[in-house]
Amino acid sequence: MTHLLELDDVSVTYVTAGGDVPAVRGVSLSVAAGEVVGVAGESGCGKSTVAATILRLQPPSARVTGRVLFEGEDVQTMKWGALRALRWAGASMVFQGALHSLNPVQRVGAQISEPIRLHEPDLSDKKVETRVGELLEQVGLPRQRARAYPHQLSGGQRQRVMIAMALACRPRLIVADEPTTALDVMVQAQVLHVLQGLVSDLDVGLLMISHDLSVLADLCDRIAVMYAGRVVEHGPADKVFADPLHPYAGALSASFPRIGDVAARYAPAGLPGDPPDPAELPSGCSFHPRCPKRFDDCDKVAPELRSDGTSRAAACLLVEPR
Amino acid sequence: MTETGTTTLKARGLSIRFQGRGGPVARAVDGVDLSIATGEIVALVGESGSGKTTLARALLGLEKPAAGEVLLDGQPLERTARGLRSFRRRVQLVLQDPAGALNPRHTVYESVAEGIRLHRLESSDSEGRSEAQLVAAALSSAGLRPPERLFLRYPHELSGGQRQRVLIAGALAMAPQLLVADEPVSSLDASIRGEILALLLNLRETLGLGVLVVTHDLGLAWNIADRIAVMYLGRVVEAGPTEEVLRDPQHPYTRALLSVVPEIDQMEPVVLHGEVPDPTRIPPGCRFHPRCPALADGAAEAAGVADDCRRTALEVLPAGGGHHVSCHLVAARQSSQR
Amino acid sequence: MSTASATRESARALARDRRRQAWSRNWRTFRSHRSGLIGLAILTGFAVVAVLAPLIAPAEGLEVTKATGGVLEPPSSEYWLGTDDKGRSVLTLLIWGARISLFVGLAATVISMVIGTLIGLTSGYFGGWAGAILFRVTEWFLVIPFLPLAIVMATVLGRSLLNIVIVIGVTSWPGTALLIRAQTLTIRERPYLERARVLGAGPSHQIRRHILPNVMPMVFANTTLTVAVAILTETTLSFLGLGDPTRVSWGSMLDDAFSVGAITTGAWWFIVPPGVCVVLVVLSFTLVGQALEEVLNPRLGAGR
Repeated sequence: MTHLLELDDVSVTYVTAGGDVPAVRGVSLSVAAGEVVGVAGESGCGKSTVAATILRLQPPSARVTGRVLFEGEDVQTMKWGALRALRWAGASMVFQGALHSLNPVQRVGAQISEPIRLHEPDLSDKKVETRVGELLEQVGLPRQRARAYPHQLSGGQRQRVMIAMALACRPRLIVADEPTTALDVMVQAQVLHVLQGLVSDLDVGLLMISHDLSVLADLCDRIAVMYAGRVVEHGPADKVFADPLHPYAGALSASFPRIGDVAARYAPAGLPGDPPDPAELPSGCSFHPRCPKRFDDCDKVAPELRSDGTSRAAACLLVEPR
Repeated sequence: MTETGTTTLKARGLSIRFQGRGGPVARAVDGVDLSIATGEIVALVGESGSGKTTLARALLGLEKPAAGEVLLDGQPLERTARGLRSFRRRVQLVLQDPAGALNPRHTVYESVAEGIRLHRLESSDSEGRSEAQLVAAALSSAGLRPPERLFLRYPHELSGGQRQRVLIAGALAMAPQLLVADEPVSSLDASIRGEILALLLNLRETLGLGVLVVTHDLGLAWNIADRIAVMYLGRVVEAGPTEEVLRDPQHPYTRALLSVVPEIDQMEPVVLHGEVPDPTRIPPGCRFHPRCPALADGAAEAAGVADDCRRTALEVLPAGGGHHVSCHLVAARQSSQR
Repeated sequence: MSTASATRESARALARDRRRQAWSRNWRTFRSHRSGLIGLAILTGFAVVAVLAPLIAPAEGLEVTKATGGVLEPPSSEYWLGTDDKGRSVLTLLIWGARISLFVGLAATVISMVIGTLIGLTSGYFGGWAGAILFRVTEWFLVIPFLPLAIVMATVLGRSLLNIVIVIGVTSWPGTALLIRAQTLTIRERPYLERARVLGAGPSHQIRRHILPNVMPMVFANTTLTVAVAILTETTLSFLGLGDPTRVSWGSMLDDAFSVGAITTGAWWFIVPPGVCVVLVVLSFTLVGQALEEVLNPRLGAGR
């Protein structure tokens, strides 16, 4: 299977006046067509920075090393023209907070059609209109909604418009950064349903970034859990959520209680302490100050991500290859 | 703190309306009975637009009811300055969004001491503690130890979890009997969330506090709540002990809500169409009927209640114990079983 | 327990420390604004001159009867800026004029700020019909042409220094009031005010502890801009002959110069110095005000 997207040992360092701040440290990840891959982690773990490198959208103060390959070509070094083509038709992004990403004084139909018109200037108005209608239907909105202004739509509808915009030029990869954060459970379910349908109908690859491990477990084939700029666990979604190897993934998973699970009644699970400041990472394993299972070597040895002998991998000294 | 035994805060037939400028009247809360007593944790669950936050604000005396009343130990809430003053000492609020609920120009000490100063609690403290001691005690009860180290920090120098604890400490400094927590953890990272919830449980245990948690998160309710009330469009549609409601939901809305929680595998997801309607246009009959999956798939028709669903309004659910459901279909099924 | 009181004491000391740190941080930011720094230097110069006026230029130089120079003498080594139509040194007039101009500017600004802040806060915080009425009054004052109103008031009240201060103070507050009202409206909706209400805070506590500290920086920055306007207004009113006839200000100097035909006779030394001083002071206040606004308003700072 050739990969649509492949990140190979990608590191991102922000160069600031106060020194270099490593935001992402050696992340490797791949997404194939028709596959849904999730990146889970808490605020500040570097997951959104990873997403930004895929379309070379990281801020100028960021130094990127490693390779970001889209269909075999390195995004970080490719020429401007090729990058433009990639951003148009290769891969597109869906952000959270759709209210601020939409132009308030333009009808949503016009906003969806904008990339189509730029991409295919010869297309007649009629055809563009038909295409916009199709896109809206694909995300579960009636065609007539093209005539609405953003403020006339609800939060969930706006998020769907954002997805429709991302689909406008038939991309092969969609990168969704917290697409359902700030949406209600029911609306979140509606949006996830749309995304799921797109992957199976259009055979696109989907890289989904979220703080909500339970949402990822529901939607994704594989999940990578990030902590302090590194992938600490990687594996099939259900396994990572139900039976995590890394203590951090375990804590994260436990903080999303299974309703009906007697063990979780009156026993909310959390982790003491706060995630580390990327400018002052702890020695050894970055997670050791908060780790419930730490032992002598944890503050000295920084464990590499290694396979347990199956399709899973974790960066923890306690995980032995089988 | 609880020497007087239990204290109960009650909403009886509470309705709150908002009038836009010359526009239609929004019935944000439209007839709700709800009670919360010391020593219990009650979750008020609903989507945005369900009226749950408005109800919580009304229970704190921040909204004037259009009908019904708020009772503390059976006494109607006095809306005079004096009445509210003594009420505030007993019922406190913990807000959501830690970044915005603390004045950015106040230190932790000033924020926590605010209530103490307003009520001159220092002079009335039974153990003769100074203001600084009271602040330190409140911070330690909220799990911030050693408290002195945080006294002079500003909110922007704290982590999200610490800010939320400072907010809780500010409420605890008043030595209240009841807390109303509005989405206390929704903006926090998952690993921090559990710690804050554990703190709420611990406060119930050690101080005998009663907590009303307003949330959209059913998992949170399962984690800490004794009872749960599910709100839809200004009404409580299902209420009861958490185990019963979440393990055996009766109302079609609760069932749908529960089925789309990602971590529940055993239920077939029922994704409802559309969103919670505008509270200025509450549908007649059962307010959920336009979106109700049981009406759409003919289950209500089969039970002979479809007309009732569309036309007959439902009673306000009683507050207190027991599992209650506001649904024509459930009522019909129950009476046929009997 | 003695440790607690000790903690409290050290807490106070630490709080002082932190406040000092905040000040020095603000000062550092301010220093990075070259224009603001220049403005501040010029203002300091004028302030020093105004304060030390009796020492630099003895007061009898203002009395017409004791004038030593000739009529409208051009600048010379004895009279650096020449003399006026009554034989007084223009430099002496200029130095004493700085006193009056700065005093009127500052005093009128204080009045304007107090009125503007009070009305802005109350109309923003309380809303309702009282707020609406105050808002209308503010708008009413704002749309009345400022100069005619000031002229009418000055005529009715009579020509004295205090009246000039009152006239300027009472006519220049609406802008401040609107600014503070807008700021109050946004702060009123912050969650921490809701929290204060639930803690049992009444309106006065909310305003004193939460709203005022958050609008004060804006008031402060606005003050310097208002001073500039007030000085300009004083000059205008004095030029129109509505100033205090017993005192010399830059405006009255310009008035005198105009009435003796200094322009036509080419006595530029009688016109240019007061004019330049007004421009310099007004410009300096504006520069300092802009710099302060950026220092105290984090949103503008972030946009840079």
